[in-house]
Amino acid sequence: MARKETTQRVVISTIGAWFFGFLIFFPILWMVLASFKTELEAFAIPPSFLFFHWTTENYVTVQERSDYLHHAMNSIIIAGGSTLIALLIAIPAAWSMAFSPTKRTKDILLWMLSTKMMPPVGVLVPIYLIYKSFGLLDSRIGLVFILCLGNLPIVIWMLFTYFKEIPRDILEAARMDGATIGRELVYVLTPMAIPGLASTMLLNLILAWNEAFWTLNLATSDAAPLTTFIASYSSPEGLFWAKLSAASTLAIAPILVLGWFSQKQLVRGLTFGAVK
Amino acid sequence: MATRQTQFLARALLTPAVGLLFIWMIVPLALTLYFSTLHYSLLDPGSEAFVGLENFRYFLTDPAFLASLQNTLVLVGSVLALTILLGIPLALLMDQPVIGRNIVRLMVIAPFFVMPTVSALVWKNLLMHPVSGLFAWLAKLVGLTPIDWFTDAPLLAVILIVAWQWLPFATLILLTALQSLDEEQKEAAEMDGASALSSFIYITLPHMARPITVVILIETIFLLTVFAEIFVTTGGGPGLQTTNIAFLIYSQALIQFDVGSASAGGLVAVVIANIVAFFLVRIVGRNLEA
Repeated sequence: MARKETTQRVVISTIGAWFFGFLIFFPILWMVLASFKTELEAFAIPPSFLFFHWTTENYVTVQERSDYLHHAMNSIIIAGGSTLIALLIAIPAAWSMAFSPTKRTKDILLWMLSTKMMPPVGVLVPIYLIYKSFGLLDSRIGLVFILCLGNLPIVIWMLFTYFKEIPRDILEAARMDGATIGRELVYVLTPMAIPGLASTMLLNLILAWNEAFWTLNLATSDAAPLTTFIASYSSPEGLFWAKLSAASTLAIAPILVLGWFSQKQLVRGLTFGAVK
Repeated sequence: MATRQTQFLARALLTPAVGLLFIWMIVPLALTLYFSTLHYSLLDPGSEAFVGLENFRYFLTDPAFLASLQNTLVLVGSVLALTILLGIPLALLMDQPVIGRNIVRLMVIAPFFVMPTVSALVWKNLLMHPVSGLFAWLAKLVGLTPIDWFTDAPLLAVILIVAWQWLPFATLILLTALQSLDEEQKEAAEMDGASALSSFIYITLPHMARPITVVILIETIFLLTVFAEIFVTTGGGPGLQTTNIAFLIYSQALIQFDVGSASAGGLVAVVIANIVAFFLVRIVGRNLEA
């Protein structure tokens, strides 16, 4: 006897879920709508929901007045660069721990996890001073480096849990057939690891794109990514709601799309495999 | 049947990651520890002198520390309560037969992908502005006086923003856990005549205990260092009303340029985070063996 799935139950839960889903999503929708309004309409009371004068003017202005693309480029370089370097360091490490585990592997993994728990503010002072003396303040390379280190534990952990799932028999078989480690890596492991690699990359891109402690503290203008750029709208004299909305919409759109694709992996990556 | 050669290779592959993380953890932490024993102000260079535990005494007895500790606890506690108490019913609802569940999922998860500076500014202006914000309009619509959020209830405003960002995380993890719950167990309970409520209390809740613990621990680690949301909305004010420990340390370091005191504060933050981390690492470690 299956559970009762009466029409009534489906209707009620559907209405409920859509209502609350919409409520949670609403601030984002409201922001997107405001980005197509004129400044006057964005500020108007009572607010207009759909019947306003739609305009794309804000998007043009944001680029012209504040060189939006420059900051977007910084975000791409910082998020992309830190992700790539983190992967390059993490892949060998995760591979090694997943396929040649030793007695200490578990301890090393947990130790790596614990480095992620160090609050960034605990090391703000020395990092700031080191960056200052090496001229790394407000530089993209400096941010790439720090975001890479900050996310490295998560990347290693995620890759480790994915590599762990690759059946070992296949490796044994390849070894028996005389495959060298290089061939094993290229022909056997890589194809099986690509889905895991892709989702690790995606999650790390999202985390790096949205990182807002180091970017706010270490970047001011030249290297400022979108997080810092949007923060500049917080000054009272810069209160342009429609333009803030347009800049924000552009800043979150790509990551929202990536995020929707990677929601399953998100749970795994952010809970270090504790919830699957 | 790892040979000596593969063992050597395995170690060589692991070394860069371990080395980098080790440096990343030890060097700044050692420097923080060192600075915390100095009188060291960037406004007064050349005057560095060893002062022992003076900075800690200063930081811990500063009224701002107690205020910010209290704000931190209220912020973390309220956001945890909101996200768990709203996340459980939301996850249960989404676990029901819902038409278009995938779209609902996308809407619910979306706030998590919004960068903190964007969520904070959109909430502060478009929603919470005392005159032109949507909340003010809604309040007037039902005949209430609009709240001037960032003047009258600044900490609550920050809490609402941060809770909105983390509700998706809690919901998604709880939903994932719910979906791994054995349906047959519930069906068997129902056949035995268990009510929906008792099957929730005796089957679903115990199954959720672990994911809830994980949500609490992970959220706590991130919530202890909430920064951007405060930075762009209130700047810690009015007064100290929204200054948490992370923001206090930031302002001592980069606004007052008092390196010594900020370092002492940084170590205090590390200790607090470590207490939470201790439990989280144990839970994850237990899972690693299974």
